Amino acid sequence: MTFHAPAMDYAALSPLIALTAAICVVLIGPLLGRRRGSGRMAAQTSTALTLIGLAVTAGLLIWRWDDPAELVAGALRLDDLAISISLIAIAAAAFAVLLSIREPAAEQAGGGEYHALLLGSVLGMTLLAQAQNLVTFFVAIETLSIPLYILCATSLRREQSLESGLKYLIVGSLGSATLLYGMAFLYGGSGSTDFAGIATGVGHGGLTGDPLILVGIGMVAVGLAFKTSIAPFHQWTPDVYEGAPTPVTSFMAVATKAAAFAVFVRFFYVALGPETGDWQPALAALAAITIAIGNVGALGQDSLKRLLGYSGVAQAGYILGGLVVASEAGVDALVFYLAGYLFMNLAAFAVVVARERETGFGDDIRAVRGLGRERPLLAWPLTISMLALAGMPATVGFIGKLYLIEALVEGDYTWLAVFIAVGSMISLAYYLRVVAAMWMRPGTEAATPAIAGASPEADPIDPEAGRRWYLVAPALLAAAGAIFFGIVPQPLVDFAQHAGAALF
Amino acid sequence: MINSLLWTPLAFGLVGLFLPRRHTGWWATLGAAVTLGLAIALLAGFDSGAPGLQDTVDVSWIPGLGVDYSLGVDGLNVFLILLTALLWLGGTAFAAFREQQRPHLFFLMMLLGETATLGAFVAQDLLLFVLFFDLMLIPFYFLFGAWGTDREDGPTAAAATLKMLVYTLVGSLLMLVGAIATAIISSQDGGHHLTFSIAELAKHPIAEGSQRWIFWFFAAAFLVKMPAFLLHGWMPDAYRAAPLPVLAVFSGVLAKVGAYGFLRVVLPLFPAATVQFQEVVLVIALASILYGSAMAFTQTDVRLVGGYSSVAQLGFITAGIFALRADGGDGAVLQMVNHGLVVAPLFIIVALLAERSGTEDLRKMGGMAMRAPVLAALFLIVTLATLAMPGSANFIGEFYILNGLFQAKIVYAFVAISGVAMAAFYALRLYQRTMHNRKAGGVASREIGLRDGLVLAPLVLCIVALALYPQLILHRTDPSVQRSVAATTGSPPPQAQLASAGLKPTYDVANRPVGGEGR
Repeated sequence: MTFHAPAMDYAALSPLIALTAAICVVLIGPLLGRRRGSGRMAAQTSTALTLIGLAVTAGLLIWRWDDPAELVAGALRLDDLAISISLIAIAAAAFAVLLSIREPAAEQAGGGEYHALLLGSVLGMTLLAQAQNLVTFFVAIETLSIPLYILCATSLRREQSLESGLKYLIVGSLGSATLLYGMAFLYGGSGSTDFAGIATGVGHGGLTGDPLILVGIGMVAVGLAFKTSIAPFHQWTPDVYEGAPTPVTSFMAVATKAAAFAVFVRFFYVALGPETGDWQPALAALAAITIAIGNVGALGQDSLKRLLGYSGVAQAGYILGGLVVASEAGVDALVFYLAGYLFMNLAAFAVVVARERETGFGDDIRAVRGLGRERPLLAWPLTISMLALAGMPATVGFIGKLYLIEALVEGDYTWLAVFIAVGSMISLAYYLRVVAAMWMRPGTEAATPAIAGASPEADPIDPEAGRRWYLVAPALLAAAGAIFFGIVPQPLVDFAQHAGAALF
Repeated sequence: MINSLLWTPLAFGLVGLFLPRRHTGWWATLGAAVTLGLAIALLAGFDSGAPGLQDTVDVSWIPGLGVDYSLGVDGLNVFLILLTALLWLGGTAFAAFREQQRPHLFFLMMLLGETATLGAFVAQDLLLFVLFFDLMLIPFYFLFGAWGTDREDGPTAAAATLKMLVYTLVGSLLMLVGAIATAIISSQDGGHHLTFSIAELAKHPIAEGSQRWIFWFFAAAFLVKMPAFLLHGWMPDAYRAAPLPVLAVFSGVLAKVGAYGFLRVVLPLFPAATVQFQEVVLVIALASILYGSAMAFTQTDVRLVGGYSSVAQLGFITAGIFALRADGGDGAVLQMVNHGLVVAPLFIIVALLAERSGTEDLRKMGGMAMRAPVLAALFLIVTLATLAMPGSANFIGEFYILNGLFQAKIVYAFVAISGVAMAAFYALRLYQRTMHNRKAGGVASREIGLRDGLVLAPLVLCIVALALYPQLILHRTDPSVQRSVAATTGSPPPQAQLASAGLKPTYDVANRPVGGEGR
């Protein structure tokens, strides 16, 4: 009797293997170095190792482009959708690593641990983007979330950070529990954990015919709504965004959203593909509520991170629009918007990080007053980011909205397109408030002692932070991307269309 | 040619960032001058007899989304392009003569505004048009907000300009949805691939039911931009906040983009809805004329006199377009150019007056003409043109508009005529209160300087030249206007069955002699 090991497609698994190896190396590397060098040396080593790990993974993913493969007995599927979303997550992680250089939180948590957790979360995202089985789906979402709970609380000496970590842990666990419970129902109703199997299992009675399945789908959707911060399950977003160390916030805002939307798409299109008519109206209603709540919530915010948190809720509503239409154009638009969101959002966060370290105002809007005169190299990226998020032309935000609206009108959801237009209009009021603070207000004295929520002993002020290359370069790069893909969008459109074609 | 015209201002603006502070203004003026030269060359090469678009550029821009980078010139926009280039040169030069804070950014924004505005005029792809239409706002947002004046008795410049932006974007974001919907519905009905080309879309107008709601999405954008009565809420605050050289180009050109949009997009693409809502828009236009005129002769702020008079003038232009007759449209295009030519010098004169009297309050001005005969003469010409004195091109423009309106809807024409009389009142009141009357305290009557004269005199010369030879414009615009209007009168075969409903054709456009001859 011979035992046949299942055929493993190591080539297609290589990105996951590379990431796992990188986690180990990053954890161990600085330990070896610490005996010889200082603590800062260790932090530099782990930063460099993390960036190398991310670059290798990205390289392997690009190598697998356009070559879909089913992995691990069909539990994972590495197609262009998974690759594109993973690349977005990796890019966001690389930005976050740069923004974390000299970040007090990263140093307090021990360089190696901080970066290993970040990589662990990226691993979860890469896995999640490939998941097409309820089991891998759940494992991936936990792999993604648990490191983030810890990362949110790494700024040990700031109470807000600990609170944020705890809040995220509780709300996140609630979301995960709901998700898991829903999965159990789905398995009970359809007799399969495989997305394709669920599709055939559901196929007999339709969604409305079987209460078990309906409850299951509802709970899975709620669980995913928690992760993507879709209203009314968004309440944690502003608080956690505000409390977490800003580089972590920037990573969460982009990468978590991208990965969760990837599985959102795969689950609804593959497992529930035959019943689009049943879930479309429900998701459309959620999208509309999210757009309204996010935009209205952002209006009165003085904290830039809370503002970006609410704006992220609103943007999630727009992106959900791409999911609603259940068409290839919809997925294209969704991936395009997520990729654009990477540029738009990271430019803003890089500037917030720089000003946070520079002024002592924390992330209060006062921190950017008079920035246009004082630090044009930071003011321009933030301006571009705000205009892009508002959907102004000649930025990637405009093309993204154009793409979404085109998909929505084509899919007979013109009312939701109008809703997006109205939402963008409201959003101008708060995005332009930031722009006005930068260009139309005199600067506040930069050396003002810390007030408003920032505790000086936890956040030492670095008056030169606004000139540090590792903060200015990411800001400029992201802003340049937001403009470039607004003027030459075709490469990004091709990228998104590849991703969309993977499911159809 | 048209490409270089479009991108020259922006290129000069970007290069200007790297020049020393004191040269940026001159460099920007040079950029505007080169653009004007290109615009004149464009007009010189314009063949008024050729049907359709000339000087076209058409390359695929985002093939994945069906968007083309497509530009072109015809009778509708050729003079508006020239107007834009001319006024921008005036405004930029006027600003360059004065000390500006942060000159690099100021002139970059100024020239970006020119590129965006020219883009809106030359775009022949619906989406490109929407893109430039929205893009126009960004530079003006910065210019009004960062270089504007905060009023003690009103909102700050930043608040006023935010209000302007939100108002105008209400319309234009809906217009984006409308534009996409038009293209998609058209491609689904016609079974052809997705295109945003205005000419292609005009060949097969979409079903009447869809036209109705899309019409209002576009109309909202254009009417806010003008601004029309009830949608003008942003205007007073923004006008009071704006720096005057910027306001001169803003008021002179940007309002026209709205009116131009009706002729370029709404009439050809939504003919049935246009016919259906003709009277609604006419009522709005008349309300703008009456309200704008009435407000203009009660305001004491010089800027607001100019602002409200623009509301009234744009009301005339809208009425001319929505007469849906060729002469109404001809008059509207002529009047767009005329109004730009009078309102920009008006605001430049306001700036000069404010420098001499230290105030923009009519009650505190007076007697300015005393030692400034040249300034007074230039102002008088502008004033007389504003009130459409017979002999001025404005008179011809209003005559054509009213003529078109008489044949279409006689009742509206009677109401509109009262606007002509009121224009005389507010224009002369402005002139008298500032230039004549008793000399007010604190007013220094000074002659116009040579450099400011160089800005103002050419603009006034253009007014005079156009008064002598309005055919220059009428002759070239008429064929294009006829094409725009023809869609709504149902004369060409493709739209015959669509537009016949609810139409009372009384005037055979096809047999009408080209141009305004015989009048």
